[in-house]
Amino acid sequence: MFDLKGYGPELLSGAVVTVELAFLSLALALTLGLIGASSKLSGNRVAQGIATFYTTVIRGIPDLVMMLLFYYGGQVGVNAISDYLWETYEIDFFFQFDPFISGVVTMGLIFGAYMTETFRGAFLAVETGQIEAARAYGFTRWHTFRRIMFPQMLRHALPGIGNNWQVLLKTTALVSIIGLTDMVRVAEEAAKAERMPFHFFVPVAAVYLALTAGSELFIKWLDKRANVGVVQGS
Amino acid sequence: MPEFITQWLDQNEIFTTMTLLEYWDGLVNTIQLVFLSLIIGLLFAVPLAILRTSRNTFISGPVWLYTYLFRGTPLLIQLYIIYYGIAQIPGIQDTFWWEIFREPFYPALLAFALNTCAYTTEIIRGAIVSTPHGEIEAAKAYGMNWWLRMRRIVLPSAARRAVQAYSNEVIFMLHSSAIASVVTIVDLTGAARNIYSRFYAPFEAFIFVALLYMTLTFTLVYAFRRLERYLLRHQRPVGS
Repeated sequence: MFDLKGYGPELLSGAVVTVELAFLSLALALTLGLIGASSKLSGNRVAQGIATFYTTVIRGIPDLVMMLLFYYGGQVGVNAISDYLWETYEIDFFFQFDPFISGVVTMGLIFGAYMTETFRGAFLAVETGQIEAARAYGFTRWHTFRRIMFPQMLRHALPGIGNNWQVLLKTTALVSIIGLTDMVRVAEEAAKAERMPFHFFVPVAAVYLALTAGSELFIKWLDKRANVGVVQGS
Repeated sequence: MPEFITQWLDQNEIFTTMTLLEYWDGLVNTIQLVFLSLIIGLLFAVPLAILRTSRNTFISGPVWLYTYLFRGTPLLIQLYIIYYGIAQIPGIQDTFWWEIFREPFYPALLAFALNTCAYTTEIIRGAIVSTPHGEIEAAKAYGMNWWLRMRRIVLPSAARRAVQAYSNEVIFMLHSSAIASVVTIVDLTGAARNIYSRFYAPFEAFIFVALLYMTLTFTLVYAFRRLERYLLRHQRPVGS
């Protein structure tokens, strides 16, 4: 079939790295998004301020610049801390800041900001009558959140989460620039060594296309399920 | 200027005239690259969006395929394919095209323009298909032919609805353009990477460039908000 010149297994394990990266970043982004949205809606001025600062700053900076800052800056930071610990307490502490962690942290932070907006809108879309009803039943705040707000909010948040996930998937390619051996990196090295760019990049592009297309179908299916019982205006 | 700022400027070794000039050149490159690719993308997106709304599958199908491929894969891969791939086209090195595409700027411009054109096409298509039916009926009742209807009714009304989504695409493009630095273009990010490796000063190099990008982003956001206000001025409540 398609001769990958012996790079096949490497490309495959690179693809696994890409998928792992995407899922871990998504988990972090969803967590940050929930925290961010809760702070924005909390009514606490300080929490609101921090969340607004966070989403505003993230929207102004390119993802690659953030990634480079975290990767290179993180290492310098770790070095400074380990120097300090060694000089003052003689504690030997050091770790290599690796591209995978930097990638997850950066993408989690970036998409956390977008998820914050998604969740905020979704929380606001839940009817206030629902919350009043929960109060009337004597639900605590936490109970209202878990049983009433959260499940109903998810339905409204789903399209936004889907869009963010599609962008996130494609952003994983950037982590190859800071040296993570994902499938883009493997393809780049193979393409340079064999002088066959199309041969290696086109299959990688096809894998990305399959991932985005598959996600699209899955999100459509989820959306249909989540909206069961909702009468839609035509 | 306050004394502590002048003192800091005197003492630091990183932000000298040399490095600031490097950032300036990077800024010029970034703006050129983004502006040109957006203009080219928009110019092609309008006719493509019209074709995309055609009922004939042989016309709308190819456009759909193009936008699907370019929206479904990362821009970085598209850039790599074009940047490394062009040199591999048999015989290209003997034509005048080679003189142009040897410079990394032009393959990057081509990749960015193709990418933004795909997204813009879908944005405009969405705006065209959501044109209120009554507007088109009214135009028909006035005896306007297809071309006149498009030009006078559909496209201006679609433009108003597309502006919001398009402003997001512009900012997305500005941010995506940072990857130009991986094909040796010294754009803003490229300048920051050079300065980082010269001084081993990641915070100074990248935070400074992040601030520059933020300034650009928020200027664009402001400009688009003004444009939107202007385009939707007929919808503003009376007396506001």
